[in-house]
Amino acid sequence: MTDDNTSPQSEDNGRKAGQILLEELASKPRQRGSFWRRTAQGLVVPLLAIFSGLVLGGVIIILTTEAVYAGFAQSPLAGLSEAWKAVSQAYSALFAGSFGDPARILSALQSGDALAIRRAFNPFFESLVASTPYIFAGLAVALGFRTGLFNIGAEGQIFVGAIFAAYVGYAITGVPAVIHIPLALLAGALGGGLWGFIPGWLKAKVGGHEVINTIMMNYIAFRLSDWLLSGPMKRPDSFNPVSPTIQETAMLPRFFDNPIRFHLGFFIALGVAWLVYWFLFKTRWGFDLRTVGANPNAAKYAGMNITMSTVLAMSLSGALAGLAGTNEVLGLNHNLAMAFSSGYGFDSIALALLGKSHPLGVVLASLLFGTLRNGAGRMQVVTNIPIDIISVLQAMILAFIAAPAIIRTVYRLRQPEEHEEGVFVRSWGGG
Amino acid sequence: MATTTLRREIEVVSPTRQRVMGVIFLIIGAAIWLLFSRSVQTGQVTTFVLTPGGIDMSVPDWKLPSLATLNVLAAACAFLGAFQLARARGFGKRTNLVLGIVSGFFIFGFLTWAAAGQSLNLAGLLNSSLLKAVPLTLGAMSGILCERAGVVNIAIEGMMLAGAMVGALIGSLTGSLLAGLLTAVLTGALMGLVHAVLSIKYKTDQIISGTVINIFSIGITSYISAKFLQVYQDLNNPGIYANWDIPLISRIPILGPILFSNNLFVYAMLIFMIALHIALFYTRWGLRLRSVGEHPKAADTLGINVYRTRYMAVILGGMMAGFGGAYFTLGSVGRFDEVMTAGRGFISLAAMIFGNWTPFGSFGAGLLFGFADSLASKLAILGVKIPSQFLLMAPYVATMIVLAGVVGRSQAPAADGQPYEKE
Repeated sequence: MTDDNTSPQSEDNGRKAGQILLEELASKPRQRGSFWRRTAQGLVVPLLAIFSGLVLGGVIIILTTEAVYAGFAQSPLAGLSEAWKAVSQAYSALFAGSFGDPARILSALQSGDALAIRRAFNPFFESLVASTPYIFAGLAVALGFRTGLFNIGAEGQIFVGAIFAAYVGYAITGVPAVIHIPLALLAGALGGGLWGFIPGWLKAKVGGHEVINTIMMNYIAFRLSDWLLSGPMKRPDSFNPVSPTIQETAMLPRFFDNPIRFHLGFFIALGVAWLVYWFLFKTRWGFDLRTVGANPNAAKYAGMNITMSTVLAMSLSGALAGLAGTNEVLGLNHNLAMAFSSGYGFDSIALALLGKSHPLGVVLASLLFGTLRNGAGRMQVVTNIPIDIISVLQAMILAFIAAPAIIRTVYRLRQPEEHEEGVFVRSWGGG
Repeated sequence: MATTTLRREIEVVSPTRQRVMGVIFLIIGAAIWLLFSRSVQTGQVTTFVLTPGGIDMSVPDWKLPSLATLNVLAAACAFLGAFQLARARGFGKRTNLVLGIVSGFFIFGFLTWAAAGQSLNLAGLLNSSLLKAVPLTLGAMSGILCERAGVVNIAIEGMMLAGAMVGALIGSLTGSLLAGLLTAVLTGALMGLVHAVLSIKYKTDQIISGTVINIFSIGITSYISAKFLQVYQDLNNPGIYANWDIPLISRIPILGPILFSNNLFVYAMLIFMIALHIALFYTRWGLRLRSVGEHPKAADTLGINVYRTRYMAVILGGMMAGFGGAYFTLGSVGRFDEVMTAGRGFISLAAMIFGNWTPFGSFGAGLLFGFADSLASKLAILGVKIPSQFLLMAPYVATMIVLAGVVGRSQAPAADGQPYEKE
């Protein structure tokens, strides 16, 4: 695995690379164009990827709508109008499901009825609620990417974090919320962190690839929670595998009355995103982590502790994912049930890529995915288009982000002058 | 690389490892005695039934005195451990084989203990292990094809799922199982092509490309299932391949009913396994494929087309996974359910690593995983107090242990996961 490093030639290379890297990092980033221009350039590919995803999603909706075929059987024009109807209905339902129906909001505001207003604005807040776990999980994967680690095990870490948080949530009684909530959050982070620590340690000590190990840990976490929920942690009066409801002191406070479920977790997520930014870009440890991610050989010859960085990064990544599970338990469900995590683990990879592994980018990407996922629920009810179309959209967006050459070819964009920042994971082979 | 073979030699005869192995054998022996022997009463008999259910062939049951059997197993393990420690080099290169035997003793001891005073259908257990190993082995072989050529394939799950769905849909539409099977394989090939284009042409990270396929496949199959298959039941009723007894050899006592009274998928898997082994290790084609996975630059210098070889390998891998996916709908359940592969693609990946990137090894690992799975459902019937979830966890834990190099380092192809850039 790393035995190549001991040969004199690669040692030399490593030192050279180290020098270059350190110089690069020490000097101010090259300013090319204004800040806004560079930001806009950076946004082109993600935005076009999202747009292309929506277009292809529309194509799939058209292809799977029976009315379109019936229309084309009559006349091409009727077919086209049916196709337009299918797509526009679907996407306007998606919009209304995501942000609320403008007409309904207006009439609610005019009527002045508090409940009606809350109901009208509920879709918007539900989108924020749906985005919250995405922010945590996306940050988890992004932190790993920055250190050159592929944490594909967010799903398992979410589960274990939720188990820990739920236990602290229901088992500890008689403490005020100011203590109980931080305690439960900490427990969740600890649980997820533990689940990230193990593959991180294995990677650093024996070179077991983190992708395989985190996948295995996902299934171990799944079986573990299956056992806990059908045995030790099962609610005594229930036939279903559900944990007891957590104490009221552990519930994250909600800001509005029913039906709005918007809770403190969203702001915690934003705070954590800022913390991750601060840690990665403003502290020495973050610098070490990023250097290890950018060039492990250089980091090694600069005297950085790679073992430590790998274990730290995986543990922190796991802790962030654990918070995603914690957030769902403390803020939303108030208990732990099987299969409460609906594929956040894989979606979070897409989020980290879409956000270019930057905390701000991850937050924006999470808002997008949360909004889409929430809106799709309404779309399914109104237009009978299954919610799973969102996964298809996400996969296509991810593909376009990961292979920007496709987008550049389709939209005839110029090659960027700077080298594209791709994400690469070190293989599990030798070399 | 030259160092690889050298290191392998060194590791096998490492004295520390030999000693650790000796201690492990002793511990297993002690475990059999402490955990099993001591909790079995004298005079109890373990009965193993040797014909799977539903087959009219009577082989007498295998009755074993529980306590004596367990004591013999414990003693055998202790003896092997002592021998390993006493001789300077222990069993040398055969240590892993002995480890396998000792583990086998432990499992057999566990069964003897669990079924003490009761009867356990051993043949049924083995037969269901074999059936559960089918998709795992096919998936693992998909992984072997891709990774031996240097392309990591974590999209086995998605490829299988798509194959399963298309197999059910086309099988129901045409009323022909063969059409369903062929389109399932074709779907796998298409998915393989996408993986190949993304990771070879566009040089996307192979794990991300695999993740794209997995997310896409879960989404699109669930979408079509919710939109059509659940609404129009006729679209989701392909039927399944019936069991076919191979004449003569299916009449072999014990082995016949377990191995040779199955459906198309089991036989195909066995044939593919042997064919892939021969093709990989005894033909020019296989040598080329492996050289592309080990050292693409050298292979390129010698005139092998790296890109074409990788495309071919990944597409073939996709076909294998598509075939494996068809097993779920056309070989086992007879209809498509959302996310019905339930992570089998990832376990295939584990089986591939466990089997050291070889077809036979993967089959062995698949059998082991299938056995753990089958046994888990039997435990409750036998009244064993161990939660079945822990047994179901065992394959994953075992894979992590193997990956950590405890049982000798597993050897991934050297260029696995690295995109090749022609200079």
